[in-house]
Amino acid sequence: MPKLSQFSFPKDRLSGRELIVVAALALILIFLMPPLLPGFRLDLLHRYLALAIVALGIDLIWGFTGLLSLGHGIFFALGGYAIAMHLKLQVPATASSSLPDFMMLYGVTELPWFWYPFYSFAFAVAAVVLIPAVLAALLGYLVFRNRIRGVYFSILTQAAIIVFFNFFNGQQKLFNGTNGLTDFQTLLGFPVRDAQTQYWFYVLTVIFLALAYLLCRWLTMGRFGRLLVAIRDDEARVRFSGYNPTSYKVLVFAISAALAGIGGAFFTLRTGIISPRAMDIAFSIEMVIWVAVGGRASLIGAVLGALLVNFARSLLSEQFADIWLFFQGALFLIVVLALPRGIVGWLRTEAPNLIAKLLGRPQPLATYPELEFDPEVQYEREVLEQEGK
Amino acid sequence: MTFLFESVFNGMSIGAVLLLTALGLAIVFGIMGVINLAHGELMMLGAYTTFVVQNGFRQLGEGWFDAYLFIAVPLAFAVAAGIGVLLERGVIRYLYGRPLETLLATWGVSLILQQLVRSISWQMTLQIILFCLLFFGGRWLLSKRAIAPPWQAWVTPVLLVLSVGIGLTAGLLVGGAVGLAMTKPWFGAQGVDVTAPSWLRGGVNLWGVQFPFVRLFIIALTAVCLVAIYLFLLRSQWGLRIRAVTQNRSMSACLGIPTQTVDALTFALGSGLAGVAGCAISLLGSVSPNTGQNYIVEAFMVVVVGGVGKIVGSIVAALGIGYVNYVIGSGLMTRFLEPQTALFAFFEFFASTSMARVMVFILIIAFLQLRPAGLFPQKGRTVDA
Repeated sequence: MPKLSQFSFPKDRLSGRELIVVAALALILIFLMPPLLPGFRLDLLHRYLALAIVALGIDLIWGFTGLLSLGHGIFFALGGYAIAMHLKLQVPATASSSLPDFMMLYGVTELPWFWYPFYSFAFAVAAVVLIPAVLAALLGYLVFRNRIRGVYFSILTQAAIIVFFNFFNGQQKLFNGTNGLTDFQTLLGFPVRDAQTQYWFYVLTVIFLALAYLLCRWLTMGRFGRLLVAIRDDEARVRFSGYNPTSYKVLVFAISAALAGIGGAFFTLRTGIISPRAMDIAFSIEMVIWVAVGGRASLIGAVLGALLVNFARSLLSEQFADIWLFFQGALFLIVVLALPRGIVGWLRTEAPNLIAKLLGRPQPLATYPELEFDPEVQYEREVLEQEGK
Repeated sequence: MTFLFESVFNGMSIGAVLLLTALGLAIVFGIMGVINLAHGELMMLGAYTTFVVQNGFRQLGEGWFDAYLFIAVPLAFAVAAGIGVLLERGVIRYLYGRPLETLLATWGVSLILQQLVRSISWQMTLQIILFCLLFFGGRWLLSKRAIAPPWQAWVTPVLLVLSVGIGLTAGLLVGGAVGLAMTKPWFGAQGVDVTAPSWLRGGVNLWGVQFPFVRLFIIALTAVCLVAIYLFLLRSQWGLRIRAVTQNRSMSACLGIPTQTVDALTFALGSGLAGVAGCAISLLGSVSPNTGQNYIVEAFMVVVVGGVGKIVGSIVAALGIGYVNYVIGSGLMTRFLEPQTALFAFFEFFASTSMARVMVFILIIAFLQLRPAGLFPQKGRTVDA
């Protein structure tokens, strides 16, 4: 099994061509897709683009840094809850109380103290990014400081997600428990469920996806990116070289959590609900499979994987409701056993060989090419063969 | 005094369930270092085996029914161990030394097992059997004769497509002809209930504390499993080999120990214990395809807190976590505190089953700050944990 770094070094510069391609794709998504796709598909596309932002974050920590977080649902949900709390505070003037509607059901008479800052839109937007980032930095610091890593880190993140799931699930008075926050009205005076508003959310999602891609690209291409890959491949050696992996890992974990928060906020704006179900263990592991299918340590792969797996899911579960779980389980097995580099990795390494083979072109040589074509070696070989006869 | 007995017993009974679910993991994860996220599903299979055995014995009559547990426990062990061997030979052995990949692959297996239990019917059984016969039989037949090299690469994919196609269609045709008797799922997505035999119903009252028989049975079952594991690992030939392979794989291989067989055996042992644990949890409440998910993370936490590779650690950790869980979840602390104080409010806030879990996990994370390698860390110096 070759190390991933043999084929996954990111290019060192962001070329102008790449920028143009990213901009062109974004423009296509913004201007061409809405008229082309029926409303239902556009809705799905919007959701999956929001999830693709999350996938970029997962790729950053798993694909590049080798930290498999199974708790990204926490950050996704926190981003969603942050924006949803602001939305819930937009109580219509006609309502009987100035509190969010669910609070009256549970007999809450006064707004809990931590809801107050969410009256401010600016605070809510900052919270979408900062709350997940700060939480991840804190959690990451506590975990990485003790050099807990590998599967232990994964198990701990899974434990953390259970903590948050149970907490949000159990607090009816604070967060409406299992039902979550839903039934949003307005954002900055615009009706949230209006088609026009949703279109602007879609545009923002695309722009943020492009920005997130560029951010991850910028982070992974230079010295910093090399360090991340080095931490993934041999952390001990990085430490012995005089670097402190802890701070790098904390930083990357925080950035990745912030991306998950942004994705969660846009997802919530589209679906109109955020509930503790977003902190389901299964959902967080699914995020990993998007990246694995697309190709880890490849940012394009992460975006592609998120879109492909989710569209495959919606298509398959429309046709045969039961089959999806079988298929998803098989997907995990296939990606791990047969396609460890994902689709993009396969396209980069194995596909060219396969095409050459099908076209009858010579195979790339596994040995030193000089040896194969060296006339002296060739001559000696012929001599040996003749002697053998 | 009464409440002391009560809390010790209740804590111990929560701890016993935890320990039983974690014992298999202590072997699979602790000794072999394999992250098996399908462990919960193996428990679930054990629970469903109990359900099937119970239904079978019910047919035999009331007298027989009381004895079903004595068949269900070994059978649950056997079923889970069998699936475990398949899992190890089919998937996990290709992934030794790559724990994160193992984690993802076993998660995939757990999804498949869950859905399998939901939708298995006679039709599906027929399809699976046909597929296996065609695919593996075909491969066996073709392996006997020489095939020209350019075609050799095509044997497996062609056979796969053919046997999937034939198996699926044949199953669909037979299912369509016979009707509901073939296509009706055996268990469905709903939970099923296992009735405890009559000698496990009720309980005994000692010193003013109620000891339900089911709980006592689970504590006894856990104790028996523990003793059996220790005897097996420390006193038997194969136990010795298992310990040798975990200590030094290549040296064991040099001395003639079949390491691959040992791997399969160890994994089967751990999986079988998961089956027994499933049998126990089926007595506590209704069993559904998702049952395994509720236990898996806690079982992992027990092993991590106890220290990977030490079964003693898992025992102490399970009992400790169980006790803390009971003390916080039942609101026991609020009895000793003045109402209206901050501490009282704090403990009252966490006095429910789900909030107790929150508190326990926070405590575990705090504990790992002090002892990152768990209660009983493995000795030795390594750069890589």
